[in-house]
Order: sequence, then structure tokens, then C-alpha cells
Amino acid sequence: MERLRRTMMFVPGNNPAMIKDAGIYGADSIMFDLEDSVSLAEKDAARMLVFEALKNVDYGNSELVVRINGLDTDMGKADIYAMVKAGVEVIRLPKTETPDDVVETEKVIAEAEKFFGIENGRTHMMAAIESAEGVLNAPAIAKASDRLIGIALGAEDYVTNMKTHRYPDGAELSFARNMILHGARAAGIAAFDTVYSDVDNTEGFNHEVEIIHELGFDGKSVINPRQIPLVNAIYAPSEKEIRNAKAVLNAIEEAHKKGSGVISLHGKMVDKPVVARAERTMALAKASHLVDKEGNIYVE
Amino acid sequence: MEIKHTALAGTLESSDVQITLSEGKGISIDLDSQVEKQFGKQIKKVVTDLLAKYEISDVKVHVVDKGALDCTIKARLIAAIQRATDTQNEQNWGVLE
Repeated sequence: MERLRRTMMFVPGNNPAMIKDAGIYGADSIMFDLEDSVSLAEKDAARMLVFEALKNVDYGNSELVVRINGLDTDMGKADIYAMVKAGVEVIRLPKTETPDDVVETEKVIAEAEKFFGIENGRTHMMAAIESAEGVLNAPAIAKASDRLIGIALGAEDYVTNMKTHRYPDGAELSFARNMILHGARAAGIAAFDTVYSDVDNTEGFNHEVEIIHELGFDGKSVINPRQIPLVNAIYAPSEKEIRNAKAVLNAIEEAHKKGSGVISLHGKMVDKPVVARAERTMALAKASHLVDKEGNIYVE
Repeated sequence: MEIKHTALAGTLESSDVQITLSEGKGISIDLDSQVEKQFGKQIKKVVTDLLAKYEISDVKVHVVDKGALDCTIKARLIAAIQRATDTQNEQNWGVLE
């Protein structure tokens, strides 16, 4: 079962208070940032801070991601070596424009794994797409490495590149979101939406999350812990959806017991996509604490 | 390893620690922390253990602690050592366990 990634919380890599507390908010993924949120003079210190935090702080079940500086900078290679040694789960590439960017980064990750005697392939990757060229190459980027677990839209740089800015209806991101989503789905990896920086505008944030939820994104990047429960509430399935998902999974189990290959529920055939949707609904219901471990709906 | 010049790392923000290293004879540690009574020994131990790993025996260390975790103290000391020895681009992986 694929892991849930409803929220990816950005944590500045040179802020010990935020790094220390990052695990308490229940983000599905935590992304420590060594790139844009760290000044040039503090890049070395942030790298060590994140390294030590990854080695020593318990972040529970959150997936741990680090956004490195690009390999076109002096810091990129050192970031990769330090994070691979620290055992990070996912290295996030900034400003990915072509599949070659992924391939080049993968080479350095593989070198680092070999250097430290770490199993080849243990370190996963994700790519942030933040330009017109990156968006147009999204399907190829998404298939550039088996290590990729997802691709993400970084809208701030993207809208600048497109000579526009953010609007409440999100029309300026429509093409990019759909390209990234289709690229991710065609490659069988996750799709993450961009951050929403006006943290006090709950209505605007919810509207944006509803849009990306309907489109099919796995989740959204968040810059403030207050945004996590808002995303989770929109991604939580309804009681009707949970009951339907349970019925589908029960029908599958019954059919398997009987040795039946063809499964039907209320006269409709239950095929693979229906089962996949039901499994995801139950995973979301569990993560939203709407059902117990056995999948029984909590009585209000 | 030899301290070449004064260097510092870290800030005075809550949960951080600011560590300044300068040339000295032997190791001297000057600690300024609101939790010195409870954690002073532990903070000094983190500093001396790491200095030993880097084989630094002559240094003055000024530590201003704002409630940092041990791992934050280590991270800031590593950054300060690398800056004071001009080795930011030559990571000593053996020391980073």
C-alpha cells in the first residue's frame, strides 16, 4: 500500500526551534530546506544542523525529505553526501528542468551511497518543477529515475517565469498542475501541489486545497503547521465513502474465500481501479482517525 | 587540528546556541546558559567530546546556550570548527557518526 502524502511541511534548515518541533504536528512528510530559506553564509551550518537532527531527533512516522541546493552550486554535492550519510529518506531536487537534472543528481547520490557503504538505491528522490521548461518536461522528468517517489509544483518561481503572479482562482497554475499530475500518474509516482503563502487566509487556502484534491494530487506543501489539519479535513473521506469502500473490500475478501475470480457488489463488477480507490479511502479514513485499526467506523 | 582564526556559528534565537572559537592554549570553555546548573556539565561534555574527535587541543570556546538540544550544539560546533579551520569544503566524515 502506497503511503499517504497529504501534507509536506517545509522547515527552514537553519532554524533549530522549528527543526526540533517539526515532528509534533502530524505532517505526513517533513521537508527540511537547505535551499531558498537559508542565506548563502549559513549554508554550511544548516547542512550540519539538518544532518544532526536527522541522526538524533525522533520524527515518528513522518517521511523525511531534504531539499538540497542544486548541483549547479558549490553546495549541492556536499548536501547530497551529508544527507545520504544521515540516512534521509528522500532528497528533493530544486528547480528541475530536464530529465538529465534527475539523472545527474542520481549519479551523485549513488556515488555517496557507495562511498559510505550504504545499500544502492536506499535514498529516494523527488523533483520540484518550477519553470515553463520543467512543466513541459514533467512526464519525462517523472520517469527519469526509479528512485523518484514524486514530483512537485513550485509555483512562486513558475509564475515569475510565466510573467504572471498568483491569483485566487488558480487559473495561472492550471496547465502546470495538470502536466505535473499527468506526468506523475503516468510514471506511477506522487504529485504534490505548491505552497500557499498567505497563512492567515484560511478561506483561500481551503479553496486551493479543494481544487487540488478534486484534480487528484496526493497532497499539498505547507509552510505553517496550522495548514496541516485544514488539508487533512479536506482529504478525509465521507462516511458514505468509507462504508462503500468497506463493502468493496469485504466483497473482495468473500470472493477470495469462495475462490471466485469475478467479484460483484450491488450488481456492479468490482475491478482493480475500484479496489485501489477503496484501499486509498480506507487508508485516508484511518489517517483521519475516522475508523479504528480494523476499519470499523467510530460511532459519534 | 589547529584553530586558524576566530569563527562563530549559531544564533541567539530560542533553542539555538552560539559558539565562538578562537586561538588559545589548552582547552577553555566559557559557558553562558540559563540552564547551566542542570545541563552545564552535559553541554561541556558534548563540546569536549567533539573537540577530541577533531583532535583540537588548543582552543578558547565561548558558548551562549539558548536551550539547544545536544544535536544542535554538535551541529553548531562542527560548523564553527570548519569555519575556524577553513575546512568548510573538506568534510571530515569520520567524525560525523
